Amino acid sequence: MIEVKNLCKNYGSKKAVDNISFRAENGEILGFLGPNGAGKSTTMNILTGYLSATSGQVLINDIDVLEDPVSAKKNIGYLPEIPPLYLDMTVNEYLDFVYDLKKCKLPKRSHLGEICELSRIADVRKRVIRNLSKGYRQRVGLAQSLVGNPKVLILDEPTVGLDPKQIIEIRSLIKKLGKNHTVILSSHILPEVQAVCDRVVVINNGKLIADDTAENLSHSLSPDSKLLVQIEGPSKEVKDILTGISDIDRVYELKSPAKNISEYEISQKEGCDVRREIFRRMAARNYPILLMKNTELSLEEIFLKLTTGDFYGENGGGE
Amino acid sequence: MLAIMKREIRAYFTSPLGYVFLAVFCGFSGLFLWLNCLNLGSSAMGGVFQMMFFINVILIPVLTMRTIADDKRQKTDQLTLTSPVSLFGIVAGKFLGAFFVFFCASIVLIIYAVFLSFAVSAADSRFEWAMFWGHYTGLVLIGMLFISVGIFISSLTESQMIAAIGSIGLNIVICMFDIISNYISNDTLAGIVNSLSVYYKYSEFTQGIFSLKNTVFLLSITAVFNFLTIRVIERRRYA
Repeated sequence: MIEVKNLCKNYGSKKAVDNISFRAENGEILGFLGPNGAGKSTTMNILTGYLSATSGQVLINDIDVLEDPVSAKKNIGYLPEIPPLYLDMTVNEYLDFVYDLKKCKLPKRSHLGEICELSRIADVRKRVIRNLSKGYRQRVGLAQSLVGNPKVLILDEPTVGLDPKQIIEIRSLIKKLGKNHTVILSSHILPEVQAVCDRVVVINNGKLIADDTAENLSHSLSPDSKLLVQIEGPSKEVKDILTGISDIDRVYELKSPAKNISEYEISQKEGCDVRREIFRRMAARNYPILLMKNTELSLEEIFLKLTTGDFYGENGGGE
Repeated sequence: MLAIMKREIRAYFTSPLGYVFLAVFCGFSGLFLWLNCLNLGSSAMGGVFQMMFFINVILIPVLTMRTIADDKRQKTDQLTLTSPVSLFGIVAGKFLGAFFVFFCASIVLIIYAVFLSFAVSAADSRFEWAMFWGHYTGLVLIGMLFISVGIFISSLTESQMIAAIGSIGLNIVICMFDIISNYISNDTLAGIVNSLSVYYKYSEFTQGIFSLKNTVFLLSITAVFNFLTIRVIERRRYA
C-alpha cells in the first residue's frame, strides 16, 4: 500500500511537484501519466526515498519513508528511468549484489532463478551487462526491482526499449505481479496504461489533475455521449431526418468519405439513446446505415484534454 | 555495507584501476627502497615511508575518484540509495573497499621489511621491527585519511577527472599546513595551523615515534571527511 499526502517538491523557485495526494492499495496497478517534465520521475524518486520532499508525507505499507527509511525501502522494488546497472558486472554478479544489498532472506539460487525466468533474462545470466542490448538491460533492471519480492513495485517506464513481443510479455508480467503487489507504473505509452492499469493518475506541471479509472475519466470528460454515423443517401435529406429526431441535440456534418455517403457526429440529449430511432427512420427511407458507433474518448484524447487545460477551463464538461 | 564493500573490491579488480594502483605503489616503493636502503646499505625504512607519503597524495585520489562520482554518472546511486542501506553503510562500504586495495598494496612494504630483516641478520645486526611498525601504522593512517578525502571530493562531482584532480589538490593543501604556518607572524595562529598539519604528524611516525595523540588526530580527520561525505549525499536529496 502506498499513501501520498500533500507531496511538494521545489527546485529553487520551481515547483516540480505541487501538493499531490493519492493512494494505491495492495493488488492495484496505478498508472502514472503526464507529459515530459510533469514531475512523474521526481514523484517516483520521492516515493522510493531517493529524493526528499520539500513537504508532505509518503507512507509505504504505513511506514513513513522519511522517518524509517530502511524499513520502508525493504518494501520497495524500484526500476528508475535509466536502469541502475553496473556495466562491469555480469547479470549473475549484479543480481547477487542486489540480493546482498537488499538483505534478502529468500533462498538465493531459487529466488534469483525465478526472477530471471520471470523477466526472461535466464539466457544472458553469464554475460557482462555492458554487452547487453537496451531491451535486455531494461529487463535486468526490472529483475533487479523484483529481488526480495517487495510488496511495492515502482516502475518508471518499464517497457522502454523493448520490442513489441517483449512489451506484451512484460505487460502481462506486470499484470500478474499486480495481483499481490502494489504497482505504480509510469508510462508515456497510453495504450499500455489502458491495458495494464486499474487506475490512472494524471499529473501536469507538478499538479495532480485526475485520479480515476480510464473508463470513468473518459465518461466524465464527455458526459454527453456522441454517435458517429455514416449513411448512404443524399446528405441534405439525411441531415433533415436526423435533426428531426427530438432526442438529438445537435448534428455536425463531417467530411464526406465518398460520393453519396455522408458522415455525421450526433450529440444526443443526456440519458437518451437514439440509435434505434435513427435505424427505423433511415430504414423507412431506404438509406443504409454503413457505420454507427459511440465515440468514447480514448485515453489519448483524455490525456490531451487534461494536459492542455481543457478540463478545468470547461469545468469538467465536454466540448 | 558488506555488499557495497564487496562490489567495490570486485570493481577495482575487474577494471585496470586496482592493478594499476598496485603496480604503481609497488613500483615506487621498490624504487625508494633501492634508493634509501639497498643503495646505501641501510636497513632504516623511514626514508621509504617518507617518500610514500607524497606518492599517496597523488595515487590514492586515482583509487577513490570513481567511488561516488561514477555512481552518480551511471545513475547506480538510484539503486544504492533506494535499497535498505543507511548512508553510513554506503559510505563505509566504499571506504572499506578502497582501503582494502590500499591495504593490499601496503603489504609489499612488510615484504620488503622481512627481506631487509633477513639481510640484516645475515650481517649480524638487528632490524628495528618496532620502528617499522611505527612507520607502517603511520602509512595506513595516512592512507585512510587520503581515502576519506578522495571519497568526499568524489561525492561532490560526477566527473572522475575532476574528482581525482580535486582530491590531489585538497591533499596537497592538507599537507601544506606546516609550510603555511611558517608564514604566519602571529604565534598563536601559527601554532594552531601547525598543529593541524598532517605531514608533521606523519613525519613523527616516520621518525619511529608512535604517538596515540597523532593516531587519534589522523583518525578523527578521516572520520570528519567520511561524515562530510554522508552530509553531501544527504544534502543532494534535498536539493
